[in-house]
Amino acid sequence: MFARGLKRKCVGHEEDVEGALAGLKTVSSYSLQRQSLLDMSLVKLQLCHMLVEPNLCRSVLIANTVRQIQEEMTQDGTWRAVAPQAAERAPLDRLVSTEILCRAAWGQEGAHPAPGLGDGHTQGPVSDLCPVTSAQAPRHPQSSAWEMDGPRENRGSFHKSLDQIFETLETKNPSCMEELFSDVDSPYYDLDTVLTGMMGGARSGPCEGLEGLAPATPAPSSSCKSDLGELDHVVEILVET
Amino acid sequence: MHEGSVVADIISTVEFNHTGELLATGDKGGRVVIFQREQEVSGGECKIKNQVHRRGEYNVYSTFQSHEPEFDYLKSLEIEEKINKIRWLPQQNAAYFLLSTNDKTVKLWKVSERDKRPEGYNLKDEEGRLRDPATITTLRVPVLRPMDLMVEATPRRVFANAHTYHINSISVNSDYETYMSADDLRINLWNFEITNQSFNIVDIKPTNMEELTEVITAAEFHPHHCNTFVYSSSKGTIRLCDMRASALCDRHTKFFEEPEDPSNRSFFSEIISSISDVKFSHSGRYIMTRDYLTVKVWDLNMENRPIETYQVHDYLRSKLCSLYENDCIFDKFECVWNGSDSVIMTGSYNNFFRMFDRNTKRDVTLEASRENSKPRAILKPRKVCVGGKRRKDEISVDSLDFSKKILHTAWHPSENIIAVAATNNLYIFQDKVN
Repeated sequence: MFARGLKRKCVGHEEDVEGALAGLKTVSSYSLQRQSLLDMSLVKLQLCHMLVEPNLCRSVLIANTVRQIQEEMTQDGTWRAVAPQAAERAPLDRLVSTEILCRAAWGQEGAHPAPGLGDGHTQGPVSDLCPVTSAQAPRHPQSSAWEMDGPRENRGSFHKSLDQIFETLETKNPSCMEELFSDVDSPYYDLDTVLTGMMGGARSGPCEGLEGLAPATPAPSSSCKSDLGELDHVVEILVET
Repeated sequence: MHEGSVVADIISTVEFNHTGELLATGDKGGRVVIFQREQEVSGGECKIKNQVHRRGEYNVYSTFQSHEPEFDYLKSLEIEEKINKIRWLPQQNAAYFLLSTNDKTVKLWKVSERDKRPEGYNLKDEEGRLRDPATITTLRVPVLRPMDLMVEATPRRVFANAHTYHINSISVNSDYETYMSADDLRINLWNFEITNQSFNIVDIKPTNMEELTEVITAAEFHPHHCNTFVYSSSKGTIRLCDMRASALCDRHTKFFEEPEDPSNRSFFSEIISSISDVKFSHSGRYIMTRDYLTVKVWDLNMENRPIETYQVHDYLRSKLCSLYENDCIFDKFECVWNGSDSVIMTGSYNNFFRMFDRNTKRDVTLEASRENSKPRAILKPRKVCVGGKRRKDEISVDSLDFSKKILHTAWHPSENIIAVAATNNLYIFQDKVN
C-alpha cells in the first residue's frame, strides 16, 4: 500500500569522504523527494472532481505546501520553472522514500550541496527568467482552484458569451466571422479578464495570457467537462483571427 | 422509494439529542435516519428467570430525505446532497426539532408523532371522498380515534443562499433562538424564525483570493454563554469571539495556538496541524480540538498551549508522504466528550476508535467491525504494532486499512452509550451493566 522506502543510513556521524559522499547522495535524493512532492502537489491542485466544487480547505493546504517548497527551493537556488507537462506525469514512480521528506527540512542546511554538484549551479543565467514564469505555475492552479467564486457577473457573461459563440458558430457560415466577433466584442474582453485574472495579473496582452494558458491544464475550477474542449476551440479561433 | 429497498449509504454525521433518547444519522445520499431508544423493561415487571435489566436498544424511528442533489447553473457545479451536520434543538414540546445541513442549505425539520386520527367528518366519508351534500341529514362532531403510530418529518424552515463556500458546521445557541452556520470563509448567525436573512459575524475572505492561506474548519457556540463562540482554522489555531464586542467578530477575544515544535517540522507540518473538529466541554470550561495525529484539550483561560495532548495514531507520522499521496492526510476526524467530560473519544483508521480517560490517563483502542462484534459481546482492545516483533493479536501499521476510517462518533449525553459510524454501518455500544 505504501511506497517502500529506501533504507537510508544515518550520515550525521561520519567525517570521512565516504560519509561526505553519502551526505551528498542524501541531499540529492532529498531534492528528488522534494521535487516529487512538488509535482504531486501541482497534480493534486489541477485534478478536479468532475462536477462538484473542489474542497477549498484541501486546495489551500496543498497550495501552502507548494509555496513552502518553492520558498525553500528559492533559498537553495534550486528553483527552476516548473514545466506543467512534468506536473501532469504521475510522480508515483519517483516517490522513493517517505522518510526523508518527513524529516526536518531545515536539517538539510548542514548538508548543502558542494559547489559544482548541486542543482543550483546550472541555473544561474536562467534564474532571472525563472521567477517570472515560475511564479505563475503554482499561482495559476492556486488562484484557479478557488477563483471560482470570482467576479460572478463576469463568469455569468463569460458563460453567456460562450453560448453565444457556439450558437453563432453552428448557425452561421465562416464568411460571417466579422459579424461573429462584433457580437462578442464585450464578452471577448470578459474572457480576457477572466483569463488574466486566473494567470495572476501582470500580463501584457491577451495573447500572452492565452499562450500561457495553452500548455498548462486549463482552469479546473469550473469543470473538466467538455466545456473545456470547447473553450480551447473558442480560444483558438479568437487568437488566430 | 419502495419499501424494503433501503440502500445503506456512507454515514456522514451522527448526533444524539439532548436526552439521548434519539440518535440521528445523516448520510451521503441526503437521508436522515433517526433511532429511538426503547423504553427499558424494569426488573419488577419481568418475571422471567434471568433477571437481567434489559437495556433499551435503539430502533429506527423515522427516515426521511432531507436534502436532494442540486445544480448550480451559474458555476456549472453540482451541490452534493450529503448531510454534513445534524444538530438537535432542545425539546420544548411533544415534537422534536433538528437542523440538518449540506454544503449550502440548512433545514429545520420537525419530527412528530401521530397516533390519533379524526373520524366522523360530515362532508367527507371515511376514505376522504366528498359526500353528496344531499345525503347529509345529520351533523356530528368528529372525534379522535387511536391509530397506528406514525412518525412524520416535515421541513419547517429552509435557510438557503447565504453561503458561497461549503458549510462545515452548524451550532445551536444556548438562547435557543439563534444558531450559526460556518463555511470555509464565513460564519453567519440566523434566527430560527427568519429564513430570508442572516447576519454575517465572521468573514476571513481576503479581498484578493490569491492571498488566501487559511480557512475556517469548524465552529461552535459556548454551551452556556450565548454571546461566545469559537472557530478553528486550517493553520491549527482557535479563535474565541464575543458577539457583544462588535457586530462583525473579525477581532477575536482569545487566540489559541500552540507554538510549533521545531524538531518535528516538515512540509506536512501545516497540513497535520489543521484542526478538523472543535468541541466545547459540557462544562464550558474547556475546548477540545482534533488535528490529524492528536486530540488536544485547551483551558479557555490559557491561550498559549493546550493543557492535554493525546496521541491518536502517532505511528502514522513516518507515513505522512504516502498519506498525502492518497489524500488520507486530508481526512477530517471528529472528536467527542462524554457526559461528565472525563473521557474523550475520536476515530482512526482500520475501523479503530480511541478513548482517552483524562483522569487516569489510560487510553484504549477498539474496533468497530461485524466480525468482532456479536450482540452483547465485549469489545476487545486492539493494538497497533509499530516496529519489531509483532505479537499475536497486534496489527502492523502497514496492514491497516485506510479505506476504513471512523470519522464520526457520538456519545450519549449522560450514559455510557456510544454511536460509531464505520463507513455505511452504524455501531452502538453500551457499557455493560455491573
